[in-house]
Amino acid sequence: MKSQKVSFTLNGKATEVAVEDRTLLVHALREELNMTGTHIGCDTTHCGVCTVDLDGESVKSCTVLARQAQGKTLTTVEGLAQGKELHAVQAAFMQEHGLQCGFCTTGMLMRAYRFLQENPTPTEEQVRWGLSGNLCRCTGYQNIVKAVMRASENLQAIALTES
Amino acid sequence: MIPSHFNYHNPTNLAQVFALLSEHAGEAKVLAGGHSLLPMMKFRFAEPTHLVDLADVAVLKGIKVNDSNLLIGAMSSENDLLRFANMEQLCPLLFKATQLIADPQVRNRGTIGGDIAHGDPGNDQPAVMLALNAQFHLESSQGKRIVAADEFFHGTYQTALAADELLTAIEIPLEQANKRFGFRKLKRKTGDFATAACALTLNFNDGQCSDVRIALTNLAPKSFRAYQAEWLLNNHPLNQDTIDAAVELAMRACEPAKDLRGDAQYKTKMAGEMLKRALLDATSSDSQ
Repeated sequence: MKSQKVSFTLNGKATEVAVEDRTLLVHALREELNMTGTHIGCDTTHCGVCTVDLDGESVKSCTVLARQAQGKTLTTVEGLAQGKELHAVQAAFMQEHGLQCGFCTTGMLMRAYRFLQENPTPTEEQVRWGLSGNLCRCTGYQNIVKAVMRASENLQAIALTES
Repeated sequence: MIPSHFNYHNPTNLAQVFALLSEHAGEAKVLAGGHSLLPMMKFRFAEPTHLVDLADVAVLKGIKVNDSNLLIGAMSSENDLLRFANMEQLCPLLFKATQLIADPQVRNRGTIGGDIAHGDPGNDQPAVMLALNAQFHLESSQGKRIVAADEFFHGTYQTALAADELLTAIEIPLEQANKRFGFRKLKRKTGDFATAACALTLNFNDGQCSDVRIALTNLAPKSFRAYQAEWLLNNHPLNQDTIDAAVELAMRACEPAKDLRGDAQYKTKMAGEMLKRALLDATSSDSQ
């Protein structure tokens, strides 16, 4: 089958990639663009490890066609850190040890990154609700929730110093 | 998992959609949010040769309110419904039920139109639409028609939609949206389909029920109204006897399929329990 060129902004950079019509976004990211931080888990929209940010919304990239990203703005976990400086959400996951095996972590980070923009000062219950589309196979939710609460504090502190 | 090959089309208006459906009659499927169809294509349960993406057809999006109706574009995502100003007050049943659909990421992509038009008895919006007496706007190159939710669901993956026809909008009468409501959904985990769910609306004056609409999810080949239970409650007071009798009649109407969520007997019992709780929610003195 012939390939089609798809262009979008990926982690701030104009990006073009040739894909088949049937190529899923997660495969384009991992296999064509070498962005392997976005994982494939269940492959059926349940587990959330493939979560990326598409035009300001969290989506599961195993259930979006690459061609549907045409002209859109994408952020993957590779786009969070600025140089060697971790994003506040990543720093909070380190501080609270919000990971065990690490497989779900990139999806958790991407969902937390967007969730804290939707709700900058959530309650613990709202965090659990907001991250309910992401599964941790180690069942390490306690520290993940703590990490997101800490990330909320980190981001508030940054906002204060910047204002 | 990777779907079979297909040709992707990205029309921007309805005329283009209808032209594609007519050109590829029998080989094309329309793609809404893709959160039912794409997984089916990955499993190769569906192998359309042409996929017509509705994402850029602007006329299918947007939510409007006038004096008597809420009009929802079929391509509005479930999260669009939740984010729409005052939806919780405008149509609390729709708001509450939509909050319990899947998970945040899926609600960003999944659409109310896809939820309804897919015809899956496990989907949540069909029962909500039945309880709200929603009217569906259908359109094809031949013209437009309006079909009531009551007439729309024919069976598993079977609806009143013709092959070349689109669900373009959902109209909810505010008179229905303003009624008392109950919504109860039993599910094993976030993101799972309901083991059993009940959506209902009714009026409740001086302890008497009227205009009762009870709809059940995942308890038969299609979402359906429990007409006999409605009939029993209409113009009668709500008490232990009438609740028990309505629950019994609703359970008799269930014919669920056994699966990992339970056997038919368990699911039927849970249908009764969801109805009972939804009725109590709708009629409790502090509600609404």
